[in-house]
Amino acid sequence: MTTRIFGSGIRRREDPRLITGRASYTDDIKLPGTLHAAILRSPYAHANIKAVDASGAAGQPGVVAVYTGEDTDGVLNGLPCAWLIPGSDLKTPAHPAIAKDKVRYVGDAVAVVVAESRYQAEDALEHIAVDYEPLDVVVSPKAAAQDGAPQLHEDVPNNIAFTWALAGGDTDAAFADAAVTVSDTITLPRLIANPMEPRSALAQWSAASGELTLWNTTQNPHIARFVTCVVTGVPEHKIRVIAPEVGGGFGSKIPFYADEAITAFCSMKLGVPVKWTETRSENYLITTQGRDHIEEVEMAATSDGVITGLRTTVYAGMGGYLSTAAPGVPTILHGLMYSGPYNIPNISGTVYGVFNNGAPVDAYRGAGRPEATMLLERMVDLVAAAVGQDPAEVRRKNLIPKFENGHDVATGITYDSGDYESALDSCLSAAGYEALRAEQAQARAEGRCVGVGVSSYVEICGLGPSQVAGAVGFQGGLWESAIIRFYPTGKANVMVGSSPHGQGEETTFAQIVAGELGVDVDDVEVIHGDTDTTPMGWGTYGSRTTAVSGAAITVAARKIKEKSRALAAHLLEAAPEDIEYEDGRFYVRGSPDQHKTIQDIALMANVAWNMPEGMEPGLEASAFYDPPNFTYPFGAHVAVVEVDPETGHIDLQRYVAVDDCGVQINPMIVEGQVHGGVVQGVGPALWEGAVYDDDGQLVTGSMLDYALPRADLLPDIEVSSNSTPSPHHPLGVKGIGEAGTIASTPTVYNAVMDALRPLGVTRVDMPLTPEKVWRAINDARNGG
Amino acid sequence: MFPAQITYHRAGSVAEAVQLLSSNEGAKLLAGGHSLLPLMKLRLAAPAVLVDIGRIEALKGVSASGGGITIGALTTHAEIASSDLVKQHAPVLAEAAALVGDPAVRNRGTIGGSVSHADPASDQPTVLTALGATFNVTGQGGDRSIAAGDFATGLLENALEENEVLTSISVPSVPSGAGSAYVKFPHPASRYAVVGAAAVVAVSGGTCSSASVVVGGVETTPARASSVEAALAGSDLGDAALDAAAAAVGGDLNGDPMGDVFASAEYRRAMAAVYVRRALGAAASRAG
Ligand SMILES: Cc1cc2nc3c(=O)[nH]c(=O)nc-3n(C[C@H](O)[C@H](O)[C@H](O)COP(=O)(O)OP(=O)(O)OC[C@H]3O[C@@H](n4cnc5c(N)ncnc54)[C@H](O)[C@@H]3O)c2cc1C
Repeated sequence: MTTRIFGSGIRRREDPRLITGRASYTDDIKLPGTLHAAILRSPYAHANIKAVDASGAAGQPGVVAVYTGEDTDGVLNGLPCAWLIPGSDLKTPAHPAIAKDKVRYVGDAVAVVVAESRYQAEDALEHIAVDYEPLDVVVSPKAAAQDGAPQLHEDVPNNIAFTWALAGGDTDAAFADAAVTVSDTITLPRLIANPMEPRSALAQWSAASGELTLWNTTQNPHIARFVTCVVTGVPEHKIRVIAPEVGGGFGSKIPFYADEAITAFCSMKLGVPVKWTETRSENYLITTQGRDHIEEVEMAATSDGVITGLRTTVYAGMGGYLSTAAPGVPTILHGLMYSGPYNIPNISGTVYGVFNNGAPVDAYRGAGRPEATMLLERMVDLVAAAVGQDPAEVRRKNLIPKFENGHDVATGITYDSGDYESALDSCLSAAGYEALRAEQAQARAEGRCVGVGVSSYVEICGLGPSQVAGAVGFQGGLWESAIIRFYPTGKANVMVGSSPHGQGEETTFAQIVAGELGVDVDDVEVIHGDTDTTPMGWGTYGSRTTAVSGAAITVAARKIKEKSRALAAHLLEAAPEDIEYEDGRFYVRGSPDQHKTIQDIALMANVAWNMPEGMEPGLEASAFYDPPNFTYPFGAHVAVVEVDPETGHIDLQRYVAVDDCGVQINPMIVEGQVHGGVVQGVGPALWEGAVYDDDGQLVTGSMLDYALPRADLLPDIEVSSNSTPSPHHPLGVKGIGEAGTIASTPTVYNAVMDALRPLGVTRVDMPLTPEKVWRAINDARNGG
Repeated sequence: MFPAQITYHRAGSVAEAVQLLSSNEGAKLLAGGHSLLPLMKLRLAAPAVLVDIGRIEALKGVSASGGGITIGALTTHAEIASSDLVKQHAPVLAEAAALVGDPAVRNRGTIGGSVSHADPASDQPTVLTALGATFNVTGQGGDRSIAAGDFATGLLENALEENEVLTSISVPSVPSGAGSAYVKFPHPASRYAVVGAAAVVAVSGGTCSSASVVVGGVETTPARASSVEAALAGSDLGDAALDAAAAAVGGDLNGDPMGDVFASAEYRRAMAAVYVRRALGAAASRAG
């Protein structure tokens, strides 16, 4: 009965309220007397601000206040960057909430109007006069790093915010000796995260108590409180951050933004609640984007396709400023994964983080690992083509053999457990790989362009040990904590510091407690997202919530079990060593009828009528869990495409995913995460890319132009899984939030290149839009 | 997305709509709102006055009328896609209506709004031009008719006077024995036509007796492919004839070429030939 709940695909308890529109998001919260902010945004990607004349807005209907950068000077501190990579010559130029002297991307805040209604505030924006002196613009991160490029920040030569280098083995020797070398330049377009709920902030300042309450669309309310303290100067214990329902984030709700600082500032100035909610257009302009990599990559191999070396130079666009976690994404979360699931003895890479005139770039689903997996999987396919072997076989011969407890790779990290070949085998067999190759040969004989793409991946999840966080410059910890509290009726609350926002942990966390303590899953309620009612935690991102927060819950549940055992022993007048536990019941060994249920224990602990000597009343436990290592989920994916050579259209016909995220708490949720993740990774392969023109204007500024994946363009996604438990996790789980996104971009890209190879096409930049594919086909035809 | 201040009127009749347009300078008609409201939310359009014609029953529905059908301006894409009368007299119009946007757009967007908006990426203007439809309008000066091919006068511009309302569209029946087709290259984001090709091909005695071919999405207004039509006339509509005819479309695309970050002008022109060929193939297979 109850314990079987752990590991079963029960429905997500959060769904009824979400899909019937009864969830309450930040913008749904109505406080009496709330005023509304609208923010004036720079129409220029790069310009000096000569003057701002806000006087015209002040007298407009409903307008209560207008503030510019001058007003926030000395009141608001700049927005901090919180991932300070050591040894990378990191520059952190000032990032004011409201720009005063210079704007660095279209959308940079220049002034704010507070009015009785948002409509009035928007109308009044049109009466603020700003005198801009436009400056030269640079968009490409590689171009921005060149001598003579327009400089965004005075003290940052060549716009290089940081230079991060990685070396393991002797790459130069590997390349000098290599029988085969392949190379390519890979562009990962900028991506717009597009959460269904735009960002929002509602700030309520109480002058009487000196307390600031901030409702905010954040993935990490405790970090938001920390940074709000840094930016506003309000002491941390007088700030309450509440993340009510949060409608998706995909990384874009990790950072702390100028907008929440401005909203808090306005409320503190005016002494009334102030709300700001992003429009979809603003979301496109100002909310952090993902990727923006130009990757120059080479791989060395033997003539038999054994990989001997990897070398990269990466230009990672940062946008106009360094966002909260930005420097960690193309470095720690990217370069350290260069070995992937393969034995690559020699690896070196240099990553330049470069300021460019676009929205700031930060973590986006997968964060760094999709960019690493893409370059690796592209190279492996090029090696396979160069040595004339099947790409699946080249992968197989390079995979790290099965290991159960630790494997070191050349980038200096230690994977926890892996069985990469089984994943590849499972995927090839699920896809019917041999038959697919036969069908492909047939199709080619008929002149059709059918392609099959394969990828193997391993990723880094469960961020991570706090000691490592410190060593890599992350300005926070990466542990999680949980409190489990039982009430007299046997029901329990679980309070966590992480902050699920669509992933389903209200369900899976209840399943963990149900599994550990034998209570009904419906008797456990999970509380998260409010710094006043939850213990400290570092948030939901990096596929870490179940891995780290779930471990904290497990440890706390086991503490509850031990106290319950002691109390049961007392009540049953037996020695604690003689008490057995099974399925929510504590009984005296040998006489299962003599038992106390967890509910009996909860009641007795709460009323405390009959406690053993020295035992505190109550049934509550808390745990702080700092993981000993990251977790490393992995898998293999296969895609089948057909290209229409007349138009360049790509039809994604099949997608087969085999993922191994260790032990699964809820397989249905795992499957859902894989579905969403795969689709999100197919996006940049085929359709998605934020395009800025040479003036730094966002050309794909709305859903009319920015092509998100659509259901009608996708096949059914065939999902299955293996299970290799993490050796160091109390439940053996690893994390599944990002896996699909990490694997699917290269899988689909490789499939398309496989389809185009007979036509002589060797490379096309992503996204593989029809015109680009059509041009590549024509160029190959014309070029010979 | 916060539109600027507007004054809203709901017209009870076409006459009232005309009167409201005449007495409010810069007033705009509001039908399904699926083209106008997005522009207003972006403040790219900011009409001071909106005249909502959305509830005028007289402007809704499809009826048979001598030799064809008449479609009220307020008839939605969804209604056209599922109308038996449309499927019987002008099946290509139903085929195209079913390809417009997504279900929400088809349930709200109207054919009158679609053609009046004169977006070159929209579907029905292309099809209606190929069908030789007539647009019936009412204004202060009375009623008049405008040929479909003359209605769009440029990018987002039409032939209506400030105070005129498009009331209905008369569509002649596709002759029996003729085949028709609309083939579309939808933009992956918006679903609007990057290129759309409409073809009506009549056959008599095994050869093509007449053809009407129009291309949308490439120029600022639907482009009639006269060279293609000429090449088809008298041909046997075999693969070779269709290939040759479709290839002639380049000669018909001499107006303002359109291009954007997704599809350049050059690519759209190349795709026009591909999509015309596909439309011809489908139409020819349905003819006879
Ligand atoms: C997401 C999305 C996808 C879409 N995809 C497609 C697509 O694939 N293909 C396609 O063809 N269209 C597409 N459309 C447009 C859709 O078909 C619109 O509904 C249509 O273009 C306008 O019809 P409407 O009734 O909404 O007009 P409205 O938005 O109400 O009006 C549009 C314009 O026409 C004027 N107008 C309206 N009715 C009349 C009238 N009777 N007389 C004179 N002027 C009038 C209005 O004043 C306004 O200027 C899409 C729209 C959206 C939002």
